[in-house]
Amino acid sequence: MSTGIRLILDQVSHAWKTLLVLDGISLIAEPGEVMVVIGPSGCGKSTLLNIAGGLLAPTSGSVRTEGAIADDCLNPLTYVFQDFALLPWRSVRANVGLVLEGKLANDARTERVREVLALTGLSDFADAWPKELSGGMRQRVGIARALAVRPACLLMDEPLSALDAQTRDLLLDEFVTLIGRAATTTVYITHNLAEAVRLGQQIVVLSRRPGRVREIFRIDRPLTGRSADDPDLKDLEHTLWRLIRDDAAVAERERVDAPA
Amino acid sequence: MRRLDGPVPFRGGGFQPRERWSAGAATILILIGFWQFGIWVGFIPTLFLPSPVAIAVTLWRLTVTGVLWQNLSASLARLLIGWFAGTIFGMATGIAAGLWSVTRSPVMAVVAALFPIPKIALVPLFIIWFGIGEGSKIATISLGVFFPTVIATMGGVDNVPRGLIRMGQSFGLSTRTIIRAIILPGAAPAILNGFRVTASIAIVLLVAAEMIGAETGIGAFVLSAGNLYDTDALLAGIVVLSVLGLVVAGLIGAVERLLLRWR
Repeated sequence: MSTGIRLILDQVSHAWKTLLVLDGISLIAEPGEVMVVIGPSGCGKSTLLNIAGGLLAPTSGSVRTEGAIADDCLNPLTYVFQDFALLPWRSVRANVGLVLEGKLANDARTERVREVLALTGLSDFADAWPKELSGGMRQRVGIARALAVRPACLLMDEPLSALDAQTRDLLLDEFVTLIGRAATTTVYITHNLAEAVRLGQQIVVLSRRPGRVREIFRIDRPLTGRSADDPDLKDLEHTLWRLIRDDAAVAERERVDAPA
Repeated sequence: MRRLDGPVPFRGGGFQPRERWSAGAATILILIGFWQFGIWVGFIPTLFLPSPVAIAVTLWRLTVTGVLWQNLSASLARLLIGWFAGTIFGMATGIAAGLWSVTRSPVMAVVAALFPIPKIALVPLFIIWFGIGEGSKIATISLGVFFPTVIATMGGVDNVPRGLIRMGQSFGLSTRTIIRAIILPGAAPAILNGFRVTASIAIVLLVAAEMIGAETGIGAFVLSAGNLYDTDALLAGIVVLSVLGLVVAGLIGAVERLLLRWR
């Protein structure tokens, strides 16, 4: 697996026509670190992730990486999508295999797909269609697909938000294991504060639109040793909520008031 | 205030029409039965509308004498060549218009200007351009198929979820792979729907073109039978066209079931 790279966002701003969405965001995700970005709805979290991954050009500022990637890394900056983004006309195996097409020979591709399906517990579902899977299983396919390209940096856009609470908790534990094993740098967008304190080593709080870095928290505890009942993490969760509560309420009112 | 005792009444159900193959076949058989019955009791004059039995006998005669195959094979060749040519060019144009700004506006302008022209009105022009032989008929069918295929394909490409295309881009897939693995399968339901429309258009144009200038083909056969007041043969030709339409619809349905089994 690849070792992580450093992802540097330098004074990134973005506007949709005249609407400023992000304003002067400067962040550094260190190699192997999980950087969680939280903030009220509409603060530009997903826009920031799209800019970080090169899917959207910032209006100003820059994004760059530093560090070495392993030879077998086929896609250094790799997304895990909120809505899974699986092709409904391809089986689980073919969905994972798609991202290796043109990059690996057939035998190596088959072997790589088999390996990541086993890693994510999907071996028995290799021939299933996405519509036959639960939301949690579909997101596992999304994770398997991301791991198949041996990423140096995972960009995760609210990967658990479309799932029910039980599935979310179970997958969160699996994320911890998989992220730890892959040793990638991870940028994780969420609006769920429990997820933020469970996964984050650096937690970035954005203000409501235009999104600016409001505060950055660091948790030095290793991911594997964290528990949902840990009082320190609970305290941090409350602190985060106090920070964004007023912004979230205003953002919600703005969404209601905004013309259709 | 009033009491509400007793079981909750069922209010769901309905609004879910299902296809029943047997009901469709039974309807056709009943209509044919009424038709034959009308002939037997003398309600329908056979000079204007021959009986189903007489049409069946004529069809059998045409089959064993080889006349049916002679005309049908000529029509099928024109239909297949014309439909495939119009479909291939239509799909290529529709994909280009759906994907790239540089082709989108020119294609839409041409489609808007030329699609409304009744293609059958162009047959005399095509005869001047391509001669009275096969070229003019194939050109008429191809042009009739081309425009609806462009529209269906472009609409299909437009409706492929952009999130899936972004996924492909985020994994560094080549444009060719994105078109082959994401855009074409995503647009397939709309394109196949378009095939149903273009297959019917192709049959209509085939018959019309054959009626204007052909010696063989089902259209020419039907026209010639009408000129001779041979209503048995005329209706036999029409039955063949109806069966041809059913077979084509069945083939497209089979392709749909194969390609869209993921739905």
